[in-house]
Amino acid sequence: MTKHVYLDYAATTFTHPKVVEAMLPYFTESFGNPSSIYSFSDRNRTAIRKSREQVARVLDCSPDEIFFTSSGTEADNWALQGVAWANEKKGKRIITTKIEHHAVLHTGQFLAERGFDVVYLDVDAEGRISLEDLKQAMTKETILVSVMFANNEIGTIQPIAEIGELCRELGVIFHTDAVQATAHVPIDVQKMKIDLLSMSAHKFYGPKGVGVLYVRKGTKIGSYMHGGGQEKGRRASTENVAGIVGLGAAIELAASRMDEEARRVSALRDRLISGVMERIPHSKLNGASGDGRLPNNANFSLIGVEGETLLMDLNAAGISASTGSACSSGSLDPSHVLMAIGLSHELAHGSLRMTLGETTTQEDIDSVIDTLTEIVGRRRAMSPLWEDYLAGLKR
Amino acid sequence: MYSQTVMEHFTNPRNVGEIADADGVGQVGNPKCGDIMKIYIKVMDNVISDIKFKTFGCASAIASSSMATELVLGRTLEDAWKLTNTAVAEALDGLPPIKMHCSVLAEECIHAAINDYRRKRGLEPWADKSHDELVEEHSHHHH
Repeated sequence: MTKHVYLDYAATTFTHPKVVEAMLPYFTESFGNPSSIYSFSDRNRTAIRKSREQVARVLDCSPDEIFFTSSGTEADNWALQGVAWANEKKGKRIITTKIEHHAVLHTGQFLAERGFDVVYLDVDAEGRISLEDLKQAMTKETILVSVMFANNEIGTIQPIAEIGELCRELGVIFHTDAVQATAHVPIDVQKMKIDLLSMSAHKFYGPKGVGVLYVRKGTKIGSYMHGGGQEKGRRASTENVAGIVGLGAAIELAASRMDEEARRVSALRDRLISGVMERIPHSKLNGASGDGRLPNNANFSLIGVEGETLLMDLNAAGISASTGSACSSGSLDPSHVLMAIGLSHELAHGSLRMTLGETTTQEDIDSVIDTLTEIVGRRRAMSPLWEDYLAGLKR
Repeated sequence: MYSQTVMEHFTNPRNVGEIADADGVGQVGNPKCGDIMKIYIKVMDNVISDIKFKTFGCASAIASSSMATELVLGRTLEDAWKLTNTAVAEALDGLPPIKMHCSVLAEECIHAAINDYRRKRGLEPWADKSHDELVEEHSHHHH
């Protein structure tokens, strides 16, 4: 039996055993509804407060600026729609980028269909927006700028502090989808002048089904879920106490070892990148390099081999990875992110994302490089596209 | 997602390669859709006596080409021409609906190779029946 090598930590992480341990009492012995006034629910109220403080410490904000949601997707939906409906009298322009997660892109599309003027900024070849483009797009009618902290496919980190500075100066609300970045790279909402930030626990060794929207005090945003008075009446529904406890425990744990883990993982990432680039001819790294990308993200285009084929061959070798190729996504279009950074269809269809995490070892990386080199060689040998590509080089 | 037969043909594709002195060569698909298929045939006494393929594409594209080459090897050109995409998909114990175009490519690629052979012999190419619905649906996603 081959060892399973999981290289899809950007899709989801396992829940850390320490996090599970912190969560367990809230499923069984301490199941009271936090809204009930009897003392049996005290422990649950305290647990939620503690989690709010744990998150606030990591972001450098006040605990009452933390609102728990069911996911990063919900936080993104709330941020965009909440700002749009509360500010439509001021203006209808929302500025975002072409490489956002679908939670932002599709919400933007939803708002555009309802009369909002949604502008999508281009990105450069590494996936970074230009501040000049952002300045140009800003009008008096602009009510929101939403730029993701770091991209989920190619790992490129945006100039968040500069964007925050510009938005604050012009009095425009700034939202960032930090689902991939939270607890992986330092985030300071004060220094970076962030008004709204989305995160999701299962990207940093917390449980699935719980996220956060940070809302800076004074930000004009409507409620998203209507119902009871939970989350100061801003986000109704009985709290997912165990999940919230898990998110708090996970962010505290991840933040306490972030520097050390980022150093370790980025060294492995760079070993993977240089190994692939050296061993596999005509391979291409997608996204920024070094500190410009997430410590755990590597994304390649391996011309001549289709992404789904790569994934299935890797899977047969016990390696779990992901691709931006159309064939595995259930649609026939390659990833919008890879197209936005200017890749040809050939390169986009041959993309491979590997995202590292806590269990990844140097041994894993070395064996993955060997396996991938063998797979790419074998599949290229039967690929007419590879043949044409080589012929094109000779011409 | 895939049948065992698809997985088997994807993992161990039959008839992979090229034929240097092929009597007919067909190539279909394009990089935009992420599938390119190329089939080489040798013809002896009107029978496909050897066949090889090369495919860039997903698992179902590779499995469809492999299966199609197996199904027409040793057949007369007339018989080979009658191979339909549904027959390829059935022989693979089914393909997911979104991957059916891969079997269409395999049928079209066999046709392209046969017609290339016919043209080289100075014969009229046979008329290809159209797969408009599937092709339409396929290209529709690119608008």
